Amino acid sequence: MRWLAEVHVRLQPGIADPEGQTIAGGLRSLGFGSVGEVRAGKLLRLVFQAADRAAAEAAIDSMCRQLLANPVMETADWELLVDDDPGDEATA
Amino acid sequence: MSRAPRIAVAVFPGTWSERDFAHVASTLGWEARLVWHTETDLGEPDAVVLPGGFAHGDHLRTGAIARFSPVMKAVTDFAAAGGPVLGSCNGFQILCEAGILPGVLLRNDHLEFRCDWQGLRVEHAIGPWLNDLAAGEPIRLPISHGEGRYHADAATLDELERSDRVALRYSDDAGMVSADANPNGSLRSIAGIVNERGNVLGMMPHPERASEGELGGTDGLRLFRSLERWLVAQPAAAERRL
Repeated sequence: MRWLAEVHVRLQPGIADPEGQTIAGGLRSLGFGSVGEVRAGKLLRLVFQAADRAAAEAAIDSMCRQLLANPVMETADWELLVDDDPGDEATA
Repeated sequence: MSRAPRIAVAVFPGTWSERDFAHVASTLGWEARLVWHTETDLGEPDAVVLPGGFAHGDHLRTGAIARFSPVMKAVTDFAAAGGPVLGSCNGFQILCEAGILPGVLLRNDHLEFRCDWQGLRVEHAIGPWLNDLAAGEPIRLPISHGEGRYHADAATLDELERSDRVALRYSDDAGMVSADANPNGSLRSIAGIVNERGNVLGMMPHPERASEGELGGTDGLRLFRSLERWLVAQPAAAERRL
């Protein structure tokens, strides 16, 4: 089966995020004065093959731990969907 | 050691300081071999350099992809056997991603790429790379990075300090460490650290860019002189074939 994972990589809480602070400052200067903290992160969208949901979850979990996030500074969480868009590319 | 030192300089797609290291080595009469990242044999060097640049475009995170390049297996083995390894700038980032050094380098706190001369205080003046310097001594080296903010958890930082593994701190030109003299927001003003054994040094500044008077300073040359002294003093290590 073909799966679609959306992986959200975030800086761990407590680690200064100057990019998020700059975005927050920009929003406030536009007049959105109620904006509090902004944290910037990364969204990774992956299409891949796995036999079933358990195998797909194990694969994406392993990908996150081995490469997609650095546990020294980041956290990763993900959503997993069956991919039914024929436009996506995934190797069998 | 009777022959000239021989260094291996790892080159990844996007590395930009390899020829500067090779140039300084040649001015000293050393042999420098550029080792492409797909190679697995370092060629029996006395020391290994991971130079600055943007290995694999810094994609995902700095050093995240470089860590899996075939040459890193040889670098890891060389470091584990006690061989002298220097990672400068992007090389420091790669050493952290590879887990050879603790911590990580984050975006500078002001988000700017900073290319400038920077004061540093030498904290750890022993080992292959810094034995020609003195603890507490102020030096000046160029920095050139957008992601140099050293981060590690408090326990790791405490352990680095306790075991005297903070090698360099950002300072003013007199060696005074302060928030104002910190160019990127690094925790505890850390500019460079060594591994437990002391043979691996990771640092954000560029010693290879301060090794000739014409370039504005020669404090970087003293890291090369340190290695030379260290190799002479430890012939067994120098003659080791890894």
